[in-house]
Amino acid sequence: MKEGGRLAQGPGTVPLAGAARSLWDVYRAEFRTSVAVQMQYRAAQLIWLLGTVLGPVVYLAVWSAVAAASGGTVGGYDRHTFAAYYLTLMLVNQVTFTWIMYEFQGRIREGSFTPLILRPVHPIHGDVADNLAHKALTLAVLLPTAAALAVAFRPAFRGLPPLDALLLLPSLVLAFVLRFAVEWTLALAAFWTVRTSALNGLYEGVLLFLSGQVAPLPLLPQPLRALADVLPFRFMVAFPVSLAVGRPLPAAAVLGLSAQALWAAAAVAALLVVWRAAVRRYAAVGG
Amino acid sequence: MASRRDAPAGPAPVVVASGLTRLYAVSEREAGLAAALRSVLRRSVRQVRAVDGVTFEVGPGEIVGFLGPNGAGKTTTLKMLAGLLHPTEGRAEVLGHAPAERRPEFLRQITLVTGQRSQLQWDIPAADSFELHRAVYRIPPARYRRILADLDAMLDLGPLLGKPVRNLSLGERMKCEVAAALLHEPRVLFLDEPTLGLDVVAQRRIRSFLADYNRRTGATILLTSHYMADVQALCRRVIVIHHGRLLFDGLLEALAGRLLPHKVIVVQPSDPAADLRPYGEVTERAPGEVTLRVPRAAAPAVAARILAEVAVDDVSILDPPIEDVVEQIFSAGRAPESGAGLRP
Repeated sequence: MKEGGRLAQGPGTVPLAGAARSLWDVYRAEFRTSVAVQMQYRAAQLIWLLGTVLGPVVYLAVWSAVAAASGGTVGGYDRHTFAAYYLTLMLVNQVTFTWIMYEFQGRIREGSFTPLILRPVHPIHGDVADNLAHKALTLAVLLPTAAALAVAFRPAFRGLPPLDALLLLPSLVLAFVLRFAVEWTLALAAFWTVRTSALNGLYEGVLLFLSGQVAPLPLLPQPLRALADVLPFRFMVAFPVSLAVGRPLPAAAVLGLSAQALWAAAAVAALLVVWRAAVRRYAAVGG
Repeated sequence: MASRRDAPAGPAPVVVASGLTRLYAVSEREAGLAAALRSVLRRSVRQVRAVDGVTFEVGPGEIVGFLGPNGAGKTTTLKMLAGLLHPTEGRAEVLGHAPAERRPEFLRQITLVTGQRSQLQWDIPAADSFELHRAVYRIPPARYRRILADLDAMLDLGPLLGKPVRNLSLGERMKCEVAAALLHEPRVLFLDEPTLGLDVVAQRRIRSFLADYNRRTGATILLTSHYMADVQALCRRVIVIHHGRLLFDGLLEALAGRLLPHKVIVVQPSDPAADLRPYGEVTERAPGEVTLRVPRAAAPAVAARILAEVAVDDVSILDPPIEDVVEQIFSAGRAPESGAGLRP
């Protein structure tokens, strides 16, 4: 605001490196803001984390009991391989889960989306940063918890083949991208119908079964297993878990990762299309 | 005191609305369970014209006030210009951009402030939200520090920035909202009820700040407000919108003359018991002061007669207060220009 000065105009075209640096700057600022906000609700964060931990532990207890009752193993899993599966699942699920579908409902209803739409940066970046902030904050509690559970349940990992270990990180990143894009896209349903809890409930139910949370996918009854095979949900949780617990053959791992990458790309493409339609819809019905 | 439109050779307009029209589809049904069930099968949708063929231009540095009752179409107009809503018909252009395309280079040059909605994070200090704003708008650090210092000097933000926003009073919060909205030094400001709910002191503070910002930066400001004081303090030019149509576009002081057929005569009679009813409609009687409403054309003659026939300490002829002008127009629920179509 110089005295009588010309107002600065936004840069017209920013070179790619500059754009990347600006986006990095946005992520850093969003991340810091989210950490500050979430630190205000430490108890809520812990309760949330408890939910993340409790689910897999309950399934683990149930499956261990089932295995014990049927002579020690179910479908090739004993209590220690179940422990390996569910402790890994707990960590993978923590990496990939989002709460964005619940967030959007309030955003649309309270109109807090309006300022986000008028910012010169896509609102998804703020959401990703917010998600990562929660994950970073809870890691300090989650890892010791996982270690304690490991001591209690004595998981049996089958030894990670080097290739699988190598593929684990990209697979986790792709799982995050896929799940985030799918759930952000579904959350946009809030632009068409203000009450999205029915859709959220349906999605969560499907995800629970078809992403390998209720049971390892090979243990699902046949029609469900076939469904899980052709749908993308297993790539959000079960696939990285299976890489980590050392089950698939190397060829299967590479093939799986490619399929995961294709699903992730498709989900991002869908997100872009639905986002455009959603904003047009927002502009049509009024903000 | 000439408005920009009086000088056709002036600079290119910053804001252009040309036949701007906005329809809303409103689904409606009668109250009751039966109607609710019927509406599941068949929705009756009615098209409402929120904004109807509004045309105007705003030049660089102008401050224009939008007047109109609730639902007149002011906010809808502002939202179309800010890029939140697509016009159904007509054209909006701001800084050479079609706002609804929401290009980043356009968004970086505008701001929208609404009194009802916050863009600050509720749970953390405003300073943290400002920092996020800096990153989002790519404000270089040195410039950011200078702007923040300027805003602090004008709005006295210092003690507020470190407190969580939820602990601020409404007035304090609005100061931070306005500061946040201006950190990127927008060239066009859309302000929708920026002083809503504020006490008089806070209102005045925001007002004088906006005037100062306009003077320093030459930014263009479009403003809606229910508080006539806002409009009077900031806007030489007003645009009156009613039922989605543009009713008046011109200087504020011309508004009363154009839209109201009467003037106000304030008399201070020497004899408090003096009866002034024969001279006009008595609208207010305070101790030592009587306010009359008289036909505009007759005002000088009536005042002369009062001076000649009644012992008075003082007589003044005034335009009706702008609140009355607005109230009259809106409570009448009709446009004076459209009087031809009205039944007596």
